[in-house]
Amino acid sequence: MSGINDFAFKMGTVNGTGSASANGLLMQAIFRMGIPVTGKNIFPSNIQGLPTWYEIRVSKDGYTARPSEVDLVVALNPATYAKDVATVRPGGYLLYDSSWPLDPTLVREGITILGVPFGRMCVEAFTKDRERTLLRNIAYAGALAALLEIDMQVIEGMLNEKFGKKKSLLDANHTAIRLGYDYAKANFTCPLPFHLAPMDATGGSILMDGNTACALGAVYAGATVGAWYPITPATAMMEAFKAFCEKYRVDKATGKNNYIILQAEDELAAAGIVIGAAWAGARAFTNTSGPGISLMQEFIGLAYYTDIPAVFYDIQRCGPSTGMPTRTQQADLLSLAYASHGDTKHLVLFPADPHECFSMSVEAFDLAERFQTPVFVASDLDIGMNDWMIPRLEWDDAYRPDRGKVLDAAALEKLPRFSRFLDVDGDGVAARTLPGVGGKGAYFVRGSGHDKHAAYTEDSDAYQEVVDRLKRKFEHAAAAMPKPAILRRKGAEVGLVTLGGCDAAVREAADRLQEAGIAADVMRIRGFPFGAEVAEFLGEHEHTFVIEQNRDAQLRSLLMIELGVPRDELIPVLDYGGMPLTAKVVVDAVSARVAGVPA
Amino acid sequence: MTSIAKPPVKHPSSRQNGIGLTLRDYEGVMSTLCAGCGHDSITASIVQAAWEMELEPHRVGKMSGIGCSSKTTAYFMKQSHGFNSVHGRMPSVTSGAAAANGGLTYIGVSGDGDSLSIGVGQLCHAIRRNVNMLYMLENNGVYGLTKGQFSASADIGSTSKKGEANEQAPIDPILLALSLGATYVARSFSGDKRQLVPIIKAGIAHKGFALVDVISPCVTFNDHEGSTKSYAYTRQHEVEAVEADYVPLRREITMPETKGAVTVVQMHDGSSVRLRPTAPDYDPTDRESAYAHVRACQARGEIATGLLFVSEGARDMHELARTVPTPLVDVPFEALCPGQAALDKLMARYR
Repeated sequence: MSGINDFAFKMGTVNGTGSASANGLLMQAIFRMGIPVTGKNIFPSNIQGLPTWYEIRVSKDGYTARPSEVDLVVALNPATYAKDVATVRPGGYLLYDSSWPLDPTLVREGITILGVPFGRMCVEAFTKDRERTLLRNIAYAGALAALLEIDMQVIEGMLNEKFGKKKSLLDANHTAIRLGYDYAKANFTCPLPFHLAPMDATGGSILMDGNTACALGAVYAGATVGAWYPITPATAMMEAFKAFCEKYRVDKATGKNNYIILQAEDELAAAGIVIGAAWAGARAFTNTSGPGISLMQEFIGLAYYTDIPAVFYDIQRCGPSTGMPTRTQQADLLSLAYASHGDTKHLVLFPADPHECFSMSVEAFDLAERFQTPVFVASDLDIGMNDWMIPRLEWDDAYRPDRGKVLDAAALEKLPRFSRFLDVDGDGVAARTLPGVGGKGAYFVRGSGHDKHAAYTEDSDAYQEVVDRLKRKFEHAAAAMPKPAILRRKGAEVGLVTLGGCDAAVREAADRLQEAGIAADVMRIRGFPFGAEVAEFLGEHEHTFVIEQNRDAQLRSLLMIELGVPRDELIPVLDYGGMPLTAKVVVDAVSARVAGVPA
Repeated sequence: MTSIAKPPVKHPSSRQNGIGLTLRDYEGVMSTLCAGCGHDSITASIVQAAWEMELEPHRVGKMSGIGCSSKTTAYFMKQSHGFNSVHGRMPSVTSGAAAANGGLTYIGVSGDGDSLSIGVGQLCHAIRRNVNMLYMLENNGVYGLTKGQFSASADIGSTSKKGEANEQAPIDPILLALSLGATYVARSFSGDKRQLVPIIKAGIAHKGFALVDVISPCVTFNDHEGSTKSYAYTRQHEVEAVEADYVPLRREITMPETKGAVTVVQMHDGSSVRLRPTAPDYDPTDRESAYAHVRACQARGEIATGLLFVSEGARDMHELARTVPTPLVDVPFEALCPGQAALDKLMARYR
């Protein structure tokens, strides 16, 4: 890195002081300059006063993974000075607030230290305390605009869009941005050696987070019932669903809502509401994170055993128990795949970015109804809460929901008898009826032992017949799950297997490895159960690495359990500290092993 | 074995209701509860009430959790759609079903274990949400299926079959519901069909959450001397606050002449419930006096029964959520999906 349109910078601030909007402004301005950009918000589980960072990576080649190193750090939080100064790459830059004397912890050999008196300038320019605090952030954005050559017209245009209707706020923001910009111009050699130059590489893209995209997918899929209990990092999804529904789902004739959102008393109730609504025939979903999935286990088993479609979004976060709620991980894979007691197996989708969150959100509802079973969308905090540069979302107006096998009154009329769990087609999916239908359609859903006619049973054969059908259904679903995304290189002896948000870092790593003379194929798994393509890929390479963000190699376990791949044939590459994956982690792990150097 | 079918024999004298169904049409499979179980009497009252109300069986959702009481949804209305869910979670499943299809009648059946221990949170929040449903709490003070442990409704001093006395304070579902703002609160006794049937009917007609706590002695584990949920104890200590008569819409009102002022509460569907206080100063539309009455009875070791409180004006879950009058399951996809043009327009916001 470190060149024109190829560098990374990071802001270290205190949460709750307004830095998020300044950071968002910087990222969006770069995006509008046509330059590929990524932003990672690394924030505390706290409302005000703890350290927070925002990393922005600019990549003319379109790499969107978290940067492996940082060229410039803006250190505005004395509590993290030592940590922040240490992350600057050798030869990089540090920007600090010189309203106060240079703190000795900020001094480091081999980097350039730039001081701007942000605090003092804001105290002089503004009168209210709140303004002085908030606008200090806009002032540093101004200094960065000068140092990195961010187009001031773009920034000022964005301020006009944002504050156009509030004259005093608008003026204050313009003043603040100029304070920083003018100071940097007057006192430093601008721009720095690495900086921006306008491109035309973002025209077909948008900046969106995965929670928003999942919510939009649920709206487009026709979901009418959303039930939830607030939890980081899933909360924003239901907030987005609500906002989209208020925009698109208010009946024009009556002014009434074509949707209902129920904030439940806990995750158990949220799952119960979804299952009740789905039984009644609605497309229903809940959004949660790992702790919520733990609480929903019993209900998930009920839906599985009674063939009820339900969509669960798991925006994964870090750790067992409460863990680190504002850090990312892919550590719910096993608990999703086999959620609940007894013999259970579930359909899971693994979106890699917000673009796929949108499409898989729709797909989840189709799969759930087609296979009459719970479907999980396994997103994570990094995908869910960070803005990603993704292709514009598209929609086919010809789409109609796949409601699966549902018998209406007319269809029931033709049947001699309705048996709810009778596998007529051999695919394990039995036709269902919806409450309200008359004639023979009524049946009794029960989580207790039941036979294929939905009657209570304690008979071994009758019980096994039902659970064997569920297994058959699961096996049939494998072919309907999204195919893995496979990228091949000529003569590759290395296979990189990954899933979800690791995708960007793994693809970047494959490019780096290629430069180092190691050709690697990449397979990104997109759904569970695994299709035939996944099994094929696993046998193709001399070295197969499985890259994932958890401690226990959960994806590797699933591959071993479900496909019977020997343990030694899959080399785990595990990153589970809670930060989005960098290409460096993958490159280091692979090159150490392939070059024969002990890792 | 809750799937034992009853022989489909029609008694020649079985009367048809207004939609051509007999009482037998509202029955379910054979009960597998103990002979003499109070729950079976309640089931019979539900059957009677549904028949009298001329409910279309397929337009009814029978909802339950886990326990002896929850099994009973299989014993009535076999042509209705049933959902026997997980322990203590029937209120959330019913909330979801009612959210998706508010056009059906939901009859929930639960017990004191299901409702007051594992499910007390869900009960409270279904009341707060004001889900449009009848909630039958078949209350026997004991865990039957697991053979006789105290439930959270067991009174202090009440003894188990083995003679052990309960020392923890009971949760009274009536006081709980009153304090949470429930809009229909009644208590009855499984052995008193005359009182129970009109209470069930009015509860079904009530728009919103209707809690009916029914003392239902457990003949096997809690019908002995020392139990405060036995037949004998309940018969001796019952104090009826009001006599209720449910008057459906379309029926001529023919009420026997009675002493005392009758309160007529108009239900949302045009039917009405007529309440005749047996205590001279009892006002079943006043939450405070209902609360005071139940507390006063409790202090005297008595059980307040009857339709203790009713308020027909409150907004139910759908009104609170301002949903369309059409059940959400019947809203066409075209009205739900914004389409490509809207998406194109929306994309500008993410530039």
